[in-house]
Amino acid sequence: MSEMPTAANVVVIGAGIVGNSVVAHLAELGWREIVQIDKGALPNPGGSTGHASNFIFPVDHNKEMAYLTLDSQRQYEEMGVSTTCGGIEIARTEARLEELKRRMTSAKAWGIDARLLSAAEVKDLVPFINEDLVLGAFYSPTVSVVDSLRAGTLMRERAIELDALTVVPNTEVVDIDVTDGRVTSVRTDKGDIACEHVVIACGVWSPRIAAMAGATIPLTPAVHQMIDVGPLEPLQATNNEIGYPIVRDMDTFCYERQTAGSMEVGSYAHRPIFHHPDTIPSIQESRLSPTELPLTVDDFDPQLEQAIDLMPFLGDAEIKYGINGLLSLTPDAMPLVGETVEVRNLWSCAAIWIKEGPGTGRTIAEWMTHGYPELDPHASDVSRFYSYQRTERHILERCAEHFNKTYGIVHPREQWASERLSRISPFHVRTSELDAVYFEAGGWERPHWYESNAPLLETYADKIQERPHEWDARWWSPIQIAEHHALRETVGMVDVTAFAMFDFTGPNVVDYIQRMAVNQCDRPIGSSIYTPLLNEAGGFRSDLTILRLGNRHYRVVTGGFDGGRDSYWFRKWLPDDGSVVMEDKTSAICTVGVWGPNARKLVAKLTRDDVSNEGFPYGALRRVTLGSIPCTMLRISYVGELGWEISTDMEHGLKLWDLLYEAGADLGVTPVGAGVYGTSGRLEKGYRLMGAELESEYNPVEAGLARPKVKSADFIGRKAYLAARDQDPAAMCCTLTMESHVSSSGIARFPMGGNEPILTVEGERILDARGRVSRVTSAGAGPSVGKFLLLGYLPPEHAVVGTDLQIMYQNELFPVKVAVSGSTPLFDPDDARMKG
Amino acid sequence: MRVLVCVKRVPAPGARIVLNEDRRSIDTALLGFAVSPHEECAVEEGVRIVEQHGGSVTVLTLGPPEAEEQIRAAFAVGVHAGARIEAGPEDPDPVATARAIASAVQGLEGAAGPFDLILFGNESADSGGYQVGIRVAHALGRPIVSGIKAIEIDDGAMTVQRPTPQGAEVYELPLPAAVAVREGINLPRYPTLKTRLSAKKTPIELVTTDAAEGGQRMIELVPPPEDTSSVQILGDGPEAAAAVVDVVEQLVSL
Repeated sequence: MSEMPTAANVVVIGAGIVGNSVVAHLAELGWREIVQIDKGALPNPGGSTGHASNFIFPVDHNKEMAYLTLDSQRQYEEMGVSTTCGGIEIARTEARLEELKRRMTSAKAWGIDARLLSAAEVKDLVPFINEDLVLGAFYSPTVSVVDSLRAGTLMRERAIELDALTVVPNTEVVDIDVTDGRVTSVRTDKGDIACEHVVIACGVWSPRIAAMAGATIPLTPAVHQMIDVGPLEPLQATNNEIGYPIVRDMDTFCYERQTAGSMEVGSYAHRPIFHHPDTIPSIQESRLSPTELPLTVDDFDPQLEQAIDLMPFLGDAEIKYGINGLLSLTPDAMPLVGETVEVRNLWSCAAIWIKEGPGTGRTIAEWMTHGYPELDPHASDVSRFYSYQRTERHILERCAEHFNKTYGIVHPREQWASERLSRISPFHVRTSELDAVYFEAGGWERPHWYESNAPLLETYADKIQERPHEWDARWWSPIQIAEHHALRETVGMVDVTAFAMFDFTGPNVVDYIQRMAVNQCDRPIGSSIYTPLLNEAGGFRSDLTILRLGNRHYRVVTGGFDGGRDSYWFRKWLPDDGSVVMEDKTSAICTVGVWGPNARKLVAKLTRDDVSNEGFPYGALRRVTLGSIPCTMLRISYVGELGWEISTDMEHGLKLWDLLYEAGADLGVTPVGAGVYGTSGRLEKGYRLMGAELESEYNPVEAGLARPKVKSADFIGRKAYLAARDQDPAAMCCTLTMESHVSSSGIARFPMGGNEPILTVEGERILDARGRVSRVTSAGAGPSVGKFLLLGYLPPEHAVVGTDLQIMYQNELFPVKVAVSGSTPLFDPDDARMKG
Repeated sequence: MRVLVCVKRVPAPGARIVLNEDRRSIDTALLGFAVSPHEECAVEEGVRIVEQHGGSVTVLTLGPPEAEEQIRAAFAVGVHAGARIEAGPEDPDPVATARAIASAVQGLEGAAGPFDLILFGNESADSGGYQVGIRVAHALGRPIVSGIKAIEIDDGAMTVQRPTPQGAEVYELPLPAAVAVREGINLPRYPTLKTRLSAKKTPIELVTTDAAEGGQRMIELVPPPEDTSSVQILGDGPEAAAAVVDVVEQLVSL
């Protein structure tokens, strides 16, 4: 074993699948003087990798996870440690059969081979199954089983061959030094290592190691039970580690996976059982390993019965081994990747399972090397969580809620039940009196529609399209459509307090803001600038609005879902000399949007200030007193109507709401939810949404957000942006209309923007010149244009108005047509309503 | 044949045992529980005897309600009946334990007839007192031999063997009798999925006794010195061959 070096470029803590993937990819990207340490011995230091089931089902509804998994599968194959065995997801219920159709759709989107099976076809593939319980199944022939420990060894060897890596096992990290917010060294029981970067790839122990540096990695160790039963003659007869497809018994949250002559039965059905990173037993204290805790057998018993029902031959098999295996869970069930928000050059690469390990290793290595990874990482980005979401209580509550959904049927719009009411706007008192149905936006309780608007259903009865299928209508209400019409006809009030707001002041603030944003921000006080923020490769990092409040004062307004990531990004680029000061104003300011043809009349009742089009033009920002309340009014609209975002201090919020609501009483003021704001109003205007249309894999030219001119000041991503402007875009963001909703069963269906693939009329997937697949990024009603609208990127040959295409939804094809190529709104294309 | 097997719920620790602050108990928060390997073999032996000669096997334990987990584990490998003597979480001393068990045995025998054979593990996995089996047999007036690694029953007579460095001691015992067995007398079976499930449904009899304490008291636990092992790297690649040969020669000469 190697001696402990005293200095390194990067220290990777952890030698499980993640740490090993990280060192290999860092070495291949040119990093040298990498030191990898682990408290345990090699090749199995005792973490979750050592007891993993090691199978990979590649189909996932989430694009990021699907791509990380596919890349990982490829890497395992290249290393020769992968066996393709196929996998079957069994439906015992009608609801699951529907979910399997959605699986088919996602398989199509990501180009993964898949097909639906009848019970008899399942029996052909898995002869020991009780086909009477099987209503149908999803077959994924490329499901594979990998040797993750061998892969780890091979990846370390790759880095060692490049003379890039020193591995020091049996070494405990005792502290991490941080100076001026930047990591400087790792202290171990074998000596200290001065270093530039540290990667925490410690799985279930990651929060404990991060805490040594004062950083947070919000995950919890959680139990996943599994038992090994055998020997079983039919399995022994295969003479193979894995001879039969892996069976996921989706409705019982269990799987059956052959391991040579035995069957491993694993469960996500038991009660959530959590541990604390500080109290996991040490290697010495462990009977098997620190992450293989004694099976609490009572928790597993119900699964035994279900397993015997499905595979009767298991009944007489012996239970040879059983564990409460520890794995990592996060509040939203996605990994934790990227630089920690608290400490520079301290990187998190945690809560990653075997199936996405090597892909995530590649991602973080690219991120550390270039400043951005090839795949958009926003769903895994460790900076996505706000501080309250990093508390133990929040982590445990959310993980307890989603653990049993591991194999669950999770609706794309599904809301959390736990840990609600964590962020409340001052309008909440009134909106709850109006029976708002709240969806969460960055933790904020945001009205999605108002049950008190139910009478509007009659008013607009002939303009509302019902959704007859329960799945399409779940987490949705026709009231959203009624509110849409009311806003477009009279005036609506929308609680948009969920915005994150950051103020920037100081002598160098103009240069700083200019450097962050694509568009010209050195504009007069009172200007607002809607602008992309790019990464160094010219892909979207964010899109947001920047307000010029003073000579040396800007305010950034961004979406609640992106506040964490944007806060991190802005802080990362602050000058070291203190010449720009950033202050998070999110919790100090509330905002209500007042939009609609009557908005001006409404506001005029409350102020003597000039709110005419000449006095208060579109895009302008003014300090205005409404009643006795000092407000900041920004004439802007995400729904394409005349009106303002009106902000004031939190404590005035309730009074502001009441003033506006009373003033609007005879103008038809209607409380309007985010269903209009975020979907129908937005889509009619073709406005793009971060995390949907906008992600780092696309640039502003492709998104249709490039301005005619480029400012002379430098900004992040400028070079790549200029290059993109010089080329024909490989894809264009388009608005499509659904031409028929009728499914094979005759029921009208309404897709929901969950990555439904866009296909040619021949049913072929559409890939652009850069290999990116065309898919639906947003979907929703366009009540004022009388069409159901979809957004998505199309390569130039298809991005032509009038082109007929198809989308797949729930494994059925529906005709769609390109209505707009680019960002021209379908509704009110000249913006006359908004700017008039 | 009516066979009784006595077992004790004990923690199943790793190499290093963590003591609670009072140093009189061990931290079991993250430990599993089991019976000692000797007792596992005693259960298996009882089941095999009954499979061969007919009859029934009963398991008896003394402990808190959690100890029923160990009774159910015995059900899952073929035991027919189970009884638990109510006790607190703390271990009673061996005299009190033996008195309680003897009293419970008398109660069980009074209800359903005498046991032909009472099996014990040679010693418990935690306190290792080697006392309880002998004390129980004495209290019940039955012969007992300990350290047994073979049992044969033929026509109401029992022959048992205890290995010694020289060979084996062979004893013949009249029934009813008691035997304390050692690990290795058999290879215990695993439960199957079905037997594990049916084990959940078998009732467990609760026995209360008021056995007086003996004189032994546990004052303090002291962790044993840890075995430290060291790894010597013999070399890398073919150059290490000579060193490997040396080591093998050393091992062979031992």
